[in-house]
Amino acid sequence: MAAEEHATGATLNIHPMDQFEIHPLFGDGPVHWYTPTNVTLWLFIAVAAIVLLMVIATRGRNVVPSRGQSVAEMIYSLVRGMIVDITGEAGLKYFPYIMTLFLLILFTNVLGLLPYSFTVTSHIAVTGVLAMAVFMGVTLLGFIKNGGKFLKIFWMAEAPLAIRPILAVIEVISYFVRPVSHSIRLAGNMMAGHAVIKVFAGFAAVLAAGTPLGAGLVAPIVAIMAVYGLELLVVVIQAYVFTILTCVYLNDALHPGH
Amino acid sequence: MASETSGETAGMPQLDFSTFPNQIFWLVLSLVVVYFIVSKVILPRIGGVLEERHSVISDYISQAADFKKQAEEAEADYEAALAQARAEAQAIAADTKADIQKELDKAVAKADAEIAVKTAESEKAIALVREGAVENVREVALATTNEIVAALMPSVSDDAAVIKAVTARMKG
Repeated sequence: MAAEEHATGATLNIHPMDQFEIHPLFGDGPVHWYTPTNVTLWLFIAVAAIVLLMVIATRGRNVVPSRGQSVAEMIYSLVRGMIVDITGEAGLKYFPYIMTLFLLILFTNVLGLLPYSFTVTSHIAVTGVLAMAVFMGVTLLGFIKNGGKFLKIFWMAEAPLAIRPILAVIEVISYFVRPVSHSIRLAGNMMAGHAVIKVFAGFAAVLAAGTPLGAGLVAPIVAIMAVYGLELLVVVIQAYVFTILTCVYLNDALHPGH
Repeated sequence: MASETSGETAGMPQLDFSTFPNQIFWLVLSLVVVYFIVSKVILPRIGGVLEERHSVISDYISQAADFKKQAEEAEADYEAALAQARAEAQAIAADTKADIQKELDKAVAKADAEIAVKTAESEKAIALVREGAVENVREVALATTNEIVAALMPSVSDDAAVIKAVTARMKG
């Protein structure tokens, strides 16, 4: 059965999900928790890219910045502005972790757009851990900072008394759905875009073989270019969205009175 | 192997739970590394640079304000000096004009006096000349009258009567 599927797949040779497979970097053995895999490789490349842009490019500490330093400063100012705008000065205590999230997500997202690369953030395990860390951190922080008053975020004081319990139930559900939406939004966006590009690439291969002079190649390649441009936008926006939502959740913990 | 690949592509590698511990381990490791770099190097460095730039720029702005103030003071000084110079120039011009007027008046007065003297002298000379002329006319008239009387009536020769007649006619 499986072999048959593979045989039919050979004529339309599109495996859009292959790019998300996790395999060991060395050899062909099983994937243990410590095995260096393509996840390891692309995470390390992301870390190296972060060091290159944020550390090596800024080593001059120039008052008049170089190009690299300007970019690093822009990222710094973007994230800092985001935190101050949403949570106020109180949130700056968590600037390092939010910056870490933004940098790691941004760089793994963008690196994932390189042909033959692997997109770490297309995996729900990765984004799930990131989102759960934010969720648990923010919830703990809310209780530590505000004690029982943190529960006020579920109690809409401005709503009519009769519907407040119903709203509270909805608020509680939406609160616990947060990590799910937070993580699936990122992973889903990464996976969908990359899969679409791969599908179009498969079309290109089939059409190139099936039309005279491979003229059928043009349409899928134009489509890939368009989707790639869109993806470039999406990967940056999704990194931004993940970070800004983290700030919004953090704000709930710091100022639960809405 | 082929069938295995095909089987996996039918599903999603994202839902292959056997790879989760591996992904989570490497993710957490990367997070820790990046967090360390961010908090120890990136944020202090860039924050410091931005702060330094801010202070440098505000220094420059205050310097520029100083320079502007200096320039304004210099301009005010210049305006004051200019106004003073203008006032002095006007005073000098007025003085000079007054001096010139005084000298002019003096010269006019002197000239007037000279003219008056000359006019008086001339009038005296003219009076002399006129008197002389009247005397001459009288003498000529007398002589002529005497001659005429002597020629017309030699028997009647009365000098006193002639003089009286001529004098009477000349008064008329």
